[in-house]
Amino acid sequence: MNSAIYKSLVEIVGEDYASDRPEELFTYSKDLGTSEPKWPDYVAAPKSVEELQKIILLANEAKISIVPLGGGLSLAGIALPLHGGILIDMKRMDEIIEVNGKARYALVEAGVSQGKLFAYLKKHHPTLAHSLPDAPPAATIGGNIAIHGQGDLAHPHGFNSDMINGLEVILPTGEICRFGSCSIGSGWFTQHPLPDMAFFLGWGGTTGIITKVSLRLFPCKKIRELDMLVVTDEELVPDIFHEITHVGMTEDLVVFSQAIPPMTDRLHHIINNISGDSEEELEFKRRLIYDDRLSKFIEQGTVGIVATSQDLEKPSVTKTADWRKGGGFEYVGSVFPVAAYPELYRKGVEISTRHEIPYTVTGRVIGANHAIMFSWSYAFNRADPKSVQHANEALHETDDLVLEFGGTIWKPAVYGQQIVMKHMDANTLALMKKLKNMVDPNNIMNPGNWEVA
Amino acid sequence: MTAKIEYKYDDMIHRCFRCGYCKFPADWSDVTNCPSYARFRLESYSSGGRLWLIRAWVNGEIEWSENLAKIVYSCTACKNCEEKCPISFSDNLVNMVIAARSAMVETGLLPSAVKSFLKNVHLHGNPYGLAGKKRSQWMEGTGIEQYQDQEFLYYVGDEGSYDTRAQSAAKALGELLLKAGVSFGVLGNQEISDGNEVETLGEDGLLEELAKKNIKQFKDLGVKKVITLSPHSFNVFKNSYPKFGGEFAIFHYTQILPQLFQSGKLEKPAGLNMKVTYHDPCFLGRWNGEYNAPRTLLKDLDGVELTEMGQNKKSSLCCGGGSGNFYTDLLGGSEDSPARIRVRQAHETGAQVLAVACPNCLTMLEDAVKVEGLEEKLQVKDISEILNGSE
Amino acid sequence: MTELIFDENKCFACGTYDCLTKCQYMDIDADTAKVEIEKIINQEDSFVLHDCVTCYACEEYCQNGNHPFYLIVRQQEELDLPPLPEPLIKRGVQMGIPFRGEPEIQEIKGPALNLGVFSSLGNMTRGKLFEGLPIISHDPRKMFHYFCQLMYLHYARTSVINEKLPAIMETIAAHKADEVIHFHDECYGTYVSYAPAFGIDVPFKSVHLFEYLYNKLLELKDEIKPLNYKVAYQRPCSSRLSPDKYPFVEKIFDLIGVESVEREYVGENALCCGATIAGQKKKGSRRFTLDLQEKNINDMKDAGAELCVFNCPACMQTLGKPVAKKGIMPIFMSDLCRLAIGEKTT
Repeated sequence: MNSAIYKSLVEIVGEDYASDRPEELFTYSKDLGTSEPKWPDYVAAPKSVEELQKIILLANEAKISIVPLGGGLSLAGIALPLHGGILIDMKRMDEIIEVNGKARYALVEAGVSQGKLFAYLKKHHPTLAHSLPDAPPAATIGGNIAIHGQGDLAHPHGFNSDMINGLEVILPTGEICRFGSCSIGSGWFTQHPLPDMAFFLGWGGTTGIITKVSLRLFPCKKIRELDMLVVTDEELVPDIFHEITHVGMTEDLVVFSQAIPPMTDRLHHIINNISGDSEEELEFKRRLIYDDRLSKFIEQGTVGIVATSQDLEKPSVTKTADWRKGGGFEYVGSVFPVAAYPELYRKGVEISTRHEIPYTVTGRVIGANHAIMFSWSYAFNRADPKSVQHANEALHETDDLVLEFGGTIWKPAVYGQQIVMKHMDANTLALMKKLKNMVDPNNIMNPGNWEVA
Repeated sequence: MTAKIEYKYDDMIHRCFRCGYCKFPADWSDVTNCPSYARFRLESYSSGGRLWLIRAWVNGEIEWSENLAKIVYSCTACKNCEEKCPISFSDNLVNMVIAARSAMVETGLLPSAVKSFLKNVHLHGNPYGLAGKKRSQWMEGTGIEQYQDQEFLYYVGDEGSYDTRAQSAAKALGELLLKAGVSFGVLGNQEISDGNEVETLGEDGLLEELAKKNIKQFKDLGVKKVITLSPHSFNVFKNSYPKFGGEFAIFHYTQILPQLFQSGKLEKPAGLNMKVTYHDPCFLGRWNGEYNAPRTLLKDLDGVELTEMGQNKKSSLCCGGGSGNFYTDLLGGSEDSPARIRVRQAHETGAQVLAVACPNCLTMLEDAVKVEGLEEKLQVKDISEILNGSE
Repeated sequence: MTELIFDENKCFACGTYDCLTKCQYMDIDADTAKVEIEKIINQEDSFVLHDCVTCYACEEYCQNGNHPFYLIVRQQEELDLPPLPEPLIKRGVQMGIPFRGEPEIQEIKGPALNLGVFSSLGNMTRGKLFEGLPIISHDPRKMFHYFCQLMYLHYARTSVINEKLPAIMETIAAHKADEVIHFHDECYGTYVSYAPAFGIDVPFKSVHLFEYLYNKLLELKDEIKPLNYKVAYQRPCSSRLSPDKYPFVEKIFDLIGVESVEREYVGENALCCGATIAGQKKKGSRRFTLDLQEKNINDMKDAGAELCVFNCPACMQTLGKPVAKKGIMPIFMSDLCRLAIGEKTT
């Protein structure tokens, strides 16, 4: 270890928030999924953009890698330091700076947790909501948009990264940039029509670190409820989604199928979240969805309404991780046309069975049925290396088939990144390389990820 | 790699997913509901991070170090993680940390402050290392009598006996019991440490020694019922002493006082005019499910408006003093120390008084008020002091 | 082979056809009833098989004890006319598959309380009313080993009930309790009505929960303080299988000092909670159920009910929130009894 770097980090962030000790290095070397550990040389947790900037300048000077980490819940190992360096824990940069109720946006530091923003809005702005992902509340706003996450408002409004009014980013060379109306001093209310900031989303933190996000908020109605349908024939799922999204009155539309418990095996449960400011509004929406659009399926006996008006319950992915009493799971996320669901489901069952893992697949509709985020989850027992290996093999096999089936991998780890880049348009790849070299001449920013040969 | 260490929870510690729910209160309002994570904000200090480190240590993946010991001992055993963890092994999260501490105690590899705490308890019957004959100095002039076959033993505890601030609460409770005509006595200089902190620090042998001594003394004196000042004493007497043969009826004082007021044996203090917020002590609340008795006492007072902090009851933020941290101070020295966060939360309610029911919380939070510069705006008072009209 | 013990001559000789003419959901006169019941007996299609909402009431209405409801359900299965969509049926059948290991069988001397698939309601069985009463099926992971299966009557699947019931009864019997008090009314109905109707021997004695509660309250009579509430009782469908136990509702109410409000939908006229009707294939079922529930709850409200007393957890799950929204507090009968003896409930 270079004690000069450590001393500099201590000077920048304070002794309590910098470490070169084995315990911190061990902890931050681990991803929650199946990835092999990758040890950083240092860990630092800055409190401000200024502290972070100083660290980046230090890293450039010392030619040492920087890896930004939010909640660490991607499960894809994207924030593992593949080449050592300084692991930056972004979660101390967690201030909610502004909530503008009229313009419906929240300006937050990137390290704000999903839970903190959710609770803040519920308490102070109950008529506003952000699109809350299914990850545990410790996931961060910045991390989630950086990987093009989706949340419980995905059906009407798209990816969480479609909901940005502005960004503040630190470049690998230390400059602080802003994108959107904030860049011309007009507040944080719109991204368009100014030059785009997409260069920092979906890049795995290789082009810069997001430090502030202006996130669009949406109306939060007084009553938010969950309805559930069930279908036996997977071929029907795209049709049902098409009908429901035509009505355009659903907040979140998710399908899942899993081997355990038996009640869900070889069945497709559709979660349809409805909200309203009154019972009348809710009933109006249900009439349109169930009595009009879906009535033919119900009368034919091919779709069943399991329940309506249930309390909204956030899924506990932690419980999924513990299916084998093993504390672990990882998933391949992908984005596909909705019509692909049946084949993807069948493939998931097949791969899981072959690897002796009870299958678990989920899909979330993005936008007006424009796409589906489809995931295959593979649980493993952390204490059983064989089961970790099984899961890892299943994940790679699944990564391979995503492109084969006409989709794209969501938040891929290095393995998946290589597959995507192999299929990528040559000019696009060349541009990626140009841009990366331009903003990160010393290649310090999360190296090893999205590396174009 | 080093050799594997014998560890009681080998079969389950790997099940922690490090999902992070353990950092939050029930309403998710911030990640600072785990006292050690609030203080240090590094993943190694979160409940999940600590469990992964413990697993790595017992499996020989990492070696013991001072830093590892500090991380393991920085847990205050507040049980916020147990409340929030969605996995079915959640009831054992604190036990897993204590078991790791026991393994460290076996090897003698402990933070020096913890060693000092345990040594003082072993040699002097209290963590401060003060003479046993000074234990009863707080009660001089109070008229409180030595225990001799009265109905209740009033067990004061280490802090109530020796800490100058906590002594005021000990006196206030004693005076209330006298006013109510309750038949009670104290052990005075014969009292020794109850062992609650010793247990959470992983020193099973010392706990057994203390428990057996206390149980023998109680039995020899014919003690059947015990009122405790501290929830820590309440917890260990109620939940741990039975396995050493100590079966007594144990009450925290907030469980006894309501009926004294209801029956007219005690009069409510007059002339109160205050907005009060109540801090749930971990060993009364999350450890023993008692959230109502203290609130009943406060709600019934004329001139008192009771207001709740956002993080209350099962989501109460620990004062940071548990597991001996009121002595070892592993979580002090920062504006992110849990006690300082807590008093800021109390201040935000607009309350003038932060009421507590634990001498540990009393000292931790009052110190925090001072460091925060809130003395003019927020007073920390034990419920016994409020009821006794103590200044 | 398990067969329904059914005497068609009793139906042919029945002049009133109460089973169909009294139906609250189909408007059938005696002449039509005669025709339709004969069709059903002759294994022909009948609109009754399509329009039955599976409320179980005709089991009670039949004055001949000839099991018209079981006949209808059997025929629905025979002719592949289930009232519910196929995915709901598959889901329901799969739900009943135990998958978390075998239950621990501990021999019990004396009576035992069977929670069936409501093991998670174990916290309701505290207090003096249940003191000292061992519980079987207390572990939610193993509860499907105690599942009475009768829910499948809503699914047109008597075949599933008949296939699985023997193993369930064997598990219950293995505890060797003198008598088994069934927490869920439907479990009781399975063992005293359904099983005998299909000639299935039941190897244990069953006690209705309300009978047990009533007798227990008598023992604790000195501790009862009249509650003085006005209550409405939500009678579950399965109660139709044990009409002889229905009087215990009023007996308990009298003992604990609550007054049953005078309303329309009580006794034989009770309305189904709608839990399984809402999802039926028949056009308009969802809307029909909402109207049914509104009618039921307005009836309670207009009669001045302060509490709605539930017997069945499924009814509570379905109607609990809607009754609460109308300002009527939902409460289980067992919890009401606990309140009467001064205990706090969850």
